[in-house]
Amino acid sequence: MSRAGTGGPGGRAGRAGTDLPPPDETRAVDVERRPPAPSAQPPRLTWQKLTFLPATIAVGLLATWLWFRGAELDSIARNAIADGNVWLRLRQHVELTAISTFFVLIIAIPLGIALTRRRLRPAVPVVLAIANIGQATPAIGLLALLVIWLGIGTKAALVGIVAYAVLPVLANTIAGLRAIDPTLIEAARGIGMSAVGVLRKVELPLAVPLILAGVRTALVLNVGTATLAYFGGGGGLGDLIATGINNQRMPVLVLGSILTVALALLVDWLASVVELLLRPRGLEGDA
Amino acid sequence: MPDTSNGQPSDQPVQPAQAAQASGRPGGGATGNAPARGATTGATIELENLTKRYPGSEAPAVDNVNMEIKAGETVIFVGPSGCGKSTTLKMINRLIEPSSGRIRIGDEDVTGIDPVKLRRKVGYAIQSSGLFPHMTVAQNIALVPKMVGWRGARVTARVEEMLDLVGLDPREFHDRYPRQLSGGQQQRVGVARALAADPPVLLMDEPFGAVDPITRDHLQDELIRLQHELHKTIVFVTHDFDEAIKLGDRIAVLRDRSHIAQFDTPEAILTNPADDFVSGFVGAGAALKRLNLTRVRDVTVEDIPTAVIDDPLQSIFDLFRSASINEVLLLDRHRRPYKWLRRGDLSRAKGSLARAGTLVADTVTRDATLRDALEAVLTDNAGRVPVTGRRGEYTGVVDMETLMNSVHELLEADRLDAVEHQHQLHEARSHQTHLEQEGAAGGSTPRGPGQEAGA
Repeated sequence: MSRAGTGGPGGRAGRAGTDLPPPDETRAVDVERRPPAPSAQPPRLTWQKLTFLPATIAVGLLATWLWFRGAELDSIARNAIADGNVWLRLRQHVELTAISTFFVLIIAIPLGIALTRRRLRPAVPVVLAIANIGQATPAIGLLALLVIWLGIGTKAALVGIVAYAVLPVLANTIAGLRAIDPTLIEAARGIGMSAVGVLRKVELPLAVPLILAGVRTALVLNVGTATLAYFGGGGGLGDLIATGINNQRMPVLVLGSILTVALALLVDWLASVVELLLRPRGLEGDA
Repeated sequence: MPDTSNGQPSDQPVQPAQAAQASGRPGGGATGNAPARGATTGATIELENLTKRYPGSEAPAVDNVNMEIKAGETVIFVGPSGCGKSTTLKMINRLIEPSSGRIRIGDEDVTGIDPVKLRRKVGYAIQSSGLFPHMTVAQNIALVPKMVGWRGARVTARVEEMLDLVGLDPREFHDRYPRQLSGGQQQRVGVARALAADPPVLLMDEPFGAVDPITRDHLQDELIRLQHELHKTIVFVTHDFDEAIKLGDRIAVLRDRSHIAQFDTPEAILTNPADDFVSGFVGAGAALKRLNLTRVRDVTVEDIPTAVIDDPLQSIFDLFRSASINEVLLLDRHRRPYKWLRRGDLSRAKGSLARAGTLVADTVTRDATLRDALEAVLTDNAGRVPVTGRRGEYTGVVDMETLMNSVHELLEADRLDAVEHQHQLHEARSHQTHLEQEGAAGGSTPRGPGQEAGA
């Protein structure tokens, strides 16, 4: 507490010569007395951050595997995991997540940018309401409707997942762009940036942290909703879970569930690392 | 009102006091004889019937502003909040599109050109610097030069040059982010960014509004120094009249809807406010504020006996003995003022220079205002203040008597000016009345020279 007091603006005159030099001295004095620039920023990725979660996931998976090897498997259960079925479902699941997230990004981010332009601003409530419907409808209901409309297959599943995850990215893109200090945008225009320039050089970089947070949410959501793709014939780890439930084969159910959970955690961790790396340097420390 | 632009009665008189003062004021020399100076890099700005109407409001936000700003001149828009001064400024670079009227910069009519191109040629600095937090200081400054098509080494060199110009060490600040700078430093970078592509015109929208008073003072001094070197045309918006006096070659006092209440030199506004609105804005203590307008270099700086700390003691004793002086200014090795030595101090301190005398409390530079000097004289019990040069070396002293005399001279000169002005006004009016009585002129009465001040 007392440290905060001395660091406050009130202490300026008193500590001028000792602690930190006053901000505005002539340059000749600056060079001599100023402490070295605080350019040595703390590294973004700490060692703990990089290792802790992957290690936990690895341990979890290893434990599952050991348990699974010791478990009693009958023919139905063995059948459910035979012929590399687990790998196939896992791969399908990752594909579903990746493709759906890709579509979410190319739909939601440009839409969010467009909606923050002055001319389209009145449309924001309408679009958000529609996106909200996408998320508010129970995913499984939405999927069922889509299957009726598009037929069984990956396509219906993908559309359902995308509809479900557009909202967080869209809302965060809009919020991120709106949160920028309007005087900065005016300054950008004032020094002669074109509208595209302002967007590219100022608005988007400053909105990156919020947009990425939205993307991270969407990714995790997508891993979750992709388990429902099975019901639309889209495959994925949902297949293992459903088989486990329908046939009351506990090991299969547990395997499917744990793989889903591990995948979600892993994706979230990856996204958080990307978030750290892409966050503009100058913004650190104030979020 | 087409007359506001050319109505500066104080430009013509050639009283010695004023002439000296005009050349002493930074940038003042440039305004006085702009065409003669090759160093002027600014461009003229002309505003013609400039009006801004916002949809849905009856009264225009800015109503029919006419103004002519000379090349290399610093013009300050000052007025109460919401008077439209900022709007007027932003119409010059068309951040706000005027509803009607014309803007001319240099000889070019910029009302219709691409606003993006226009803004790249006009420097723009705003309150709380407007630096982009995700870019380093160097990236911020390099923005405009890159946009106007400069390449590689030229941009790098320019960035260094600009940092140097605003008094920041390039090696140290080049790669910092704005949040790693103090408010004053950010503002300096903001000015550097505005000047980076060497625009002839610099618009500043309350640039020093968000920094503490001490820093603001420093920044103002820096801006004066910069302008002394660069001779840009600066339009500067503030609501602080003292700031306006300190920085402006001319001040436009604006009232509601950017109506120009008075557009004149600071001296003229202080001594001869056009109406109650202006005098209300000038506020109390016009005589004291007058001190802000004169710099130490404009008054007589006296020389007093000095000794350097390395001098043998005997020579200092001799100094006291030889002349009938009571006080010697002791300088340090770099000839910077160090201590006041009074007669008897040395013997009381048993001949030790280290213990004798009183430390010099305050010094002023030749660029300091008389107000700063008065402040220093009042706080120092010596009744005088040492004047220092560029590196802090002693150049002379200013004492109370000098200050009082020069203030009296200044006020007297201003008073004579005002009387003269009144006289002209009177003559013009009587001339007009005379003409009207004659009934000769019909519709077109010739306009007298001083008439505009009455309008």
